[in-house]
Amino acid sequence: MQLIECPWCGPRDEIEFRYGGQAGIAYPKDPAALSDEEWAGYVFMRDNPRGWFHERWFHVHGCRTWFSVRRHTVTHEIGRDPGSPRREEFG
Amino acid sequence: MRRDSGGRIDRSRVLRFTFDGRELTGHPGDTLASALLACGVRIVGGSVDLGRPRGVFTAGAEEPNALVRVGDEPMVPATTVELRDGLEAWSLRGRGRLGPALPPGGARPVPGAPSGAAGRPGTDRSPGAAGRPGAGAPPGEPRHDKAYLHCDVLVVGGGPAGLAAALAAGEVGARVVLLDDQPEPGGDLLSSRVLLDGGPAPDWVSSVAARLAALPEVRVLSRTTAIGYHDHNYVVAVERRGGCRLWHFRAGRVVLATGAHERSVAFPGNDRPGVMLASAARTYANRYGVLPGRRAVVFTCTDSGHEAARDLAAAGVEIVEIVDPRRDGSLVVGTLADREGALAGAVIGGAAGERAAACDLLAVSGGWNPAVQLFSQSQGRLRFDETLQAFVPHLSAQAERSAGACRGVYGTAAAVADGFAAGSQAAELAGVREREVFRVPECDEPAQSPPAALWTVPARRPSPDRPAGAAGTAPAAPDPSDSTAEAAHGPGAGGDAEAFVDLQRDVTVADLGRAAGAGLRSVEHVKRYTTAGTGAEQGKTSGATAVGVVAALLGVEPGQVGTTTFRPPYTPVAFGVLAGRDRGALSDPIRVTAMHDLHVARGAVFEDVGQWKRPRYFPLDGESMAEAVERERRAARTGVAAIDASTLGKIEVVGRDAGEFLDRMYPNTLSTLPVGSCRYSVMCGADGMVLDDGVITRLAEDRYLVTTTTGNAAAVLDRLEEWRQTEWPDLDVSFTSVTDHWAVVAVVGPRARPVAEALVTDVDFADFPFMTCRESRFGRVFRISFSGELAYEINVPRWFGAALWEAALERGAVPYGTETMHVLRAEKGFAIVGQETDGTVTPQDLGMSWIVSARKPDFVGRRSHSRPDTARPGRKRLVGLVPDDPREVLTEGAQLVASPGGRRMLGHVTSAYPGVALAMIRDVRAGDRLFAFDARRGCEVPVTVTDPVFHDPQNARRDGDPPDVRLEPVRGYGARSALAGFGGRFAAAGSCGAMIREVPLVPMREARGEAPVEERGRKGLRLGPDWWLVVGGRLVAGGPPGVDVSGQRAVVRLSGPRAGDVLMTGCRIDLHPAVFTVGAHTRTLLARVPVVLHRIEPDAYLILVCSSLAGYLAEWLLDALEGL
Ligand SMILES: [Zn+2]
Repeated sequence: MQLIECPWCGPRDEIEFRYGGQAGIAYPKDPAALSDEEWAGYVFMRDNPRGWFHERWFHVHGCRTWFSVRRHTVTHEIGRDPGSPRREEFG
Repeated sequence: MRRDSGGRIDRSRVLRFTFDGRELTGHPGDTLASALLACGVRIVGGSVDLGRPRGVFTAGAEEPNALVRVGDEPMVPATTVELRDGLEAWSLRGRGRLGPALPPGGARPVPGAPSGAAGRPGTDRSPGAAGRPGAGAPPGEPRHDKAYLHCDVLVVGGGPAGLAAALAAGEVGARVVLLDDQPEPGGDLLSSRVLLDGGPAPDWVSSVAARLAALPEVRVLSRTTAIGYHDHNYVVAVERRGGCRLWHFRAGRVVLATGAHERSVAFPGNDRPGVMLASAARTYANRYGVLPGRRAVVFTCTDSGHEAARDLAAAGVEIVEIVDPRRDGSLVVGTLADREGALAGAVIGGAAGERAAACDLLAVSGGWNPAVQLFSQSQGRLRFDETLQAFVPHLSAQAERSAGACRGVYGTAAAVADGFAAGSQAAELAGVREREVFRVPECDEPAQSPPAALWTVPARRPSPDRPAGAAGTAPAAPDPSDSTAEAAHGPGAGGDAEAFVDLQRDVTVADLGRAAGAGLRSVEHVKRYTTAGTGAEQGKTSGATAVGVVAALLGVEPGQVGTTTFRPPYTPVAFGVLAGRDRGALSDPIRVTAMHDLHVARGAVFEDVGQWKRPRYFPLDGESMAEAVERERRAARTGVAAIDASTLGKIEVVGRDAGEFLDRMYPNTLSTLPVGSCRYSVMCGADGMVLDDGVITRLAEDRYLVTTTTGNAAAVLDRLEEWRQTEWPDLDVSFTSVTDHWAVVAVVGPRARPVAEALVTDVDFADFPFMTCRESRFGRVFRISFSGELAYEINVPRWFGAALWEAALERGAVPYGTETMHVLRAEKGFAIVGQETDGTVTPQDLGMSWIVSARKPDFVGRRSHSRPDTARPGRKRLVGLVPDDPREVLTEGAQLVASPGGRRMLGHVTSAYPGVALAMIRDVRAGDRLFAFDARRGCEVPVTVTDPVFHDPQNARRDGDPPDVRLEPVRGYGARSALAGFGGRFAAAGSCGAMIREVPLVPMREARGEAPVEERGRKGLRLGPDWWLVVGGRLVAGGPPGVDVSGQRAVVRLSGPRAGDVLMTGCRIDLHPAVFTVGAHTRTLLARVPVVLHRIEPDAYLILVCSSLAGYLAEWLLDALEGL
């Protein structure tokens, strides 16, 4: 049971959260302008590193805030994420 | 044999118990094992594979031999069972078998009773038990529960190091929890004769325990075994009370003071009853006042073995010989057995050859293994210490420190000092700034020298004229019959084949040799090949020895071999303990509508939709499901029927940019929807696939109501929130769930209008077009239809739902359930998300190209609709199927092929009812003949492809019959609170230090924004950064802005000195009064359901819970009070 620090509620048990996948993948500004391959990259392709990973969580059973953290996929250590929960522009 | 005096047992009281039916006695303070030894029971079971007799080997949880059945507990170490009067225990022999099902309560099977439902007692749920109000565990079973606790410092182990650590952290004010698996703290000091500050060690323990007991922030849990050390200092422990409590601790810092396990040496015949770890023999003599033998040989590689010999001698055991390879290289190389196979002598080998020494106790100390199980579970790394000849903690992975023997710091004074340092450091790192002055007690223990590096004795060549395992000269046996007994016991292979490494799994040095010979090098492979370390004790006595033997076989150092992975649980845990109270009626949260009790009273048959209980059909006397559904269907098609549609998800979408936001999320254009109009839509994922569907209504310029399917309500709400927060935070839009606020009755059928008119008297039904919505003083009415018939969906606040339902039925509406609803919609060709769709279906595949706006530049999923795969021809599309036989019900999931025996699967049946079905099929047109392969019946059913709309394709029936009657209008609806039925049970349950009351019918609004909402008589609870719940006040027109959610939540008041003890069993947040202060409130989980928890007084809480879950939570709370 990981302990995840919600920026609003503070540390809470993982069970109160929903996982949101890789952070920093923004919805493209003009999807129609993307090639099929570029679009498939946005929809389907995600990193799967062994180590630090920038990922999103949603405090679904708490304050309902989406936020992102850096988490180590081996040790599960969670570091503070200086970035905003906003996604960054894709590509 | 019991000593006349000494030990921590109460000789003034006698406890009677039975072992294998034999009546025996012991005393309070005994374990089952110590009582058996006191009664002279040497053989306590037979080994699993070889059937060799075995005796008590240890005095703790690491016991590999003395596994017994106690009552319904199938396999517990006798060394951990506290003796009680009337205890019945049985030995275990050979391999376990799954027995026949035992009825609840654990009685033996009754002859002739059905034995179909297999499982342990209580795993099968009888309907009676499940339906019992507040039922957790079935009657007669121990009540297990869970509890959640936060602390600054968690200390595991109550020996000298753990006690000192708890004291160090506790006396400076840290919140400390100390876990100890024994009935009283002290650990090894309870078995020790050392003097601390000149007095007996237990006196020092008592003084420390008294100091701990005086500290309000220190909690000492005895009989509590830490079983798991998980991520982020999350430690799980089992406390043995009446039942068991599964504790979940979240600790700032953890101090592991888990001590060390003594290990044996793998010499031939080392498994005889009478061979015992030296420390265990000493424990039986000192702590339990039991002599584990009369004549002892001590075989020790450590100084602690000599200490054991001194203590045994002091207790009256004759020490025949101390064999210490460090002194002269002598070893115990074999044992002799009596007629039963129990120990009769030791064979000692040395420079002068081999000789036998008669004895009935062989106390062995091969060295010590620090108990690093929890440390390893925490992902800490071990190293092999050459001096200690043991694996010790090396690198911590979490906020943790080991102290004392579990990190190889041996000796009482050293352990106390180490524990105190660890506790002080932990408190400081956890943020406590004080410093405690502490004096380590003077101890009379001698300094210790390192152990011998001995894992197994050198293999000898067994000679054919010697009995197996009895190498050397003929023994001077105490009983002349013994040597024949040894021969009669059967010639074993002797040597390595009788040198046991894992007693529980009957794994020998020879087995490990075979594994190495087979080429296995990894200790993990050797473990799986030989099963060494896979028994219930998980290698506590055998693991290090196996590593040592493998290292010797491979010619490397044990550190190069490494250990196998330590996994939770540290000791076996019964499934019932893991389940706790989550059984029977509390096994999973259930949601019910405001009309649920009425449905139950009407005899509805329910189906589970997500957590919801929905009526599937309402059978009249003797009706089958098919008959009931046909009757309900006929009412909806030809008269008037009603369904409880309250479970559909409902979300209010509010804000200046609500229309723009919905345009981006849905394929059709919603910003142009006129106020008061409804539009059907589907929601697509970015991959273009249909996720959900529903009707969207514009309530005002800046306000929409979105409905979702029953099962997807939470997912859709989360998704809207995700895209707003992470993609378009600049849009002015917010989302409020009103699913539980509204009770919904759909009045359906050609004669629906007179009923609807009577139910909602302030709406002009003459001017009420299809796909529009009308506001009423009762609530809202939507003219939408999921059946093709005239239909009105009447929404009233939940308080009035039951009255609305009864009023509809009193006016002639026939109640129908989900089964009829499915038939009606299938006849109309309406797809159900999750039935026709499976995450690979686009709106176009469903024949809904019309829903995808051609004008909008984009919406989530549009780009995917032109991907090569989604745009290609030959995708499966929604069609209708008609079987040749109109009574035929196709099988849902049946594959469709073009010809009998055809191999190419064209698609599959998604929904099937008598004579009609829907399917997803590629490359077919209306009129095509296909065959549905029915695997269940093993036949192929001929079908014809049709348009999916079977019923009224022209939509001619949508307006129903002209109204020809006026029914009696409803004047008003009586309110009923969510927990109205619980008043009496709440009142009756208030005598145990906590009481529950409903605060009924509290008006509430949700508001969004950064500014606090504080008005006269209204208290704003801030639930999130810009999310407010305004509780109380009167509901008046023109009240504060926001969304009325008065019916959304029920309010429960929990109060009393033990209110916190109730919450602790189901709430994971830190409820300490300094953390969750009076006035604090938060959203969190309680009993696995989301709640708003609000502390209003030191001992009083308001719990706000979704109305549909209120009944479940009330049952849970009542059950918790019962367990106080
Ligand atoms: Zn939060």
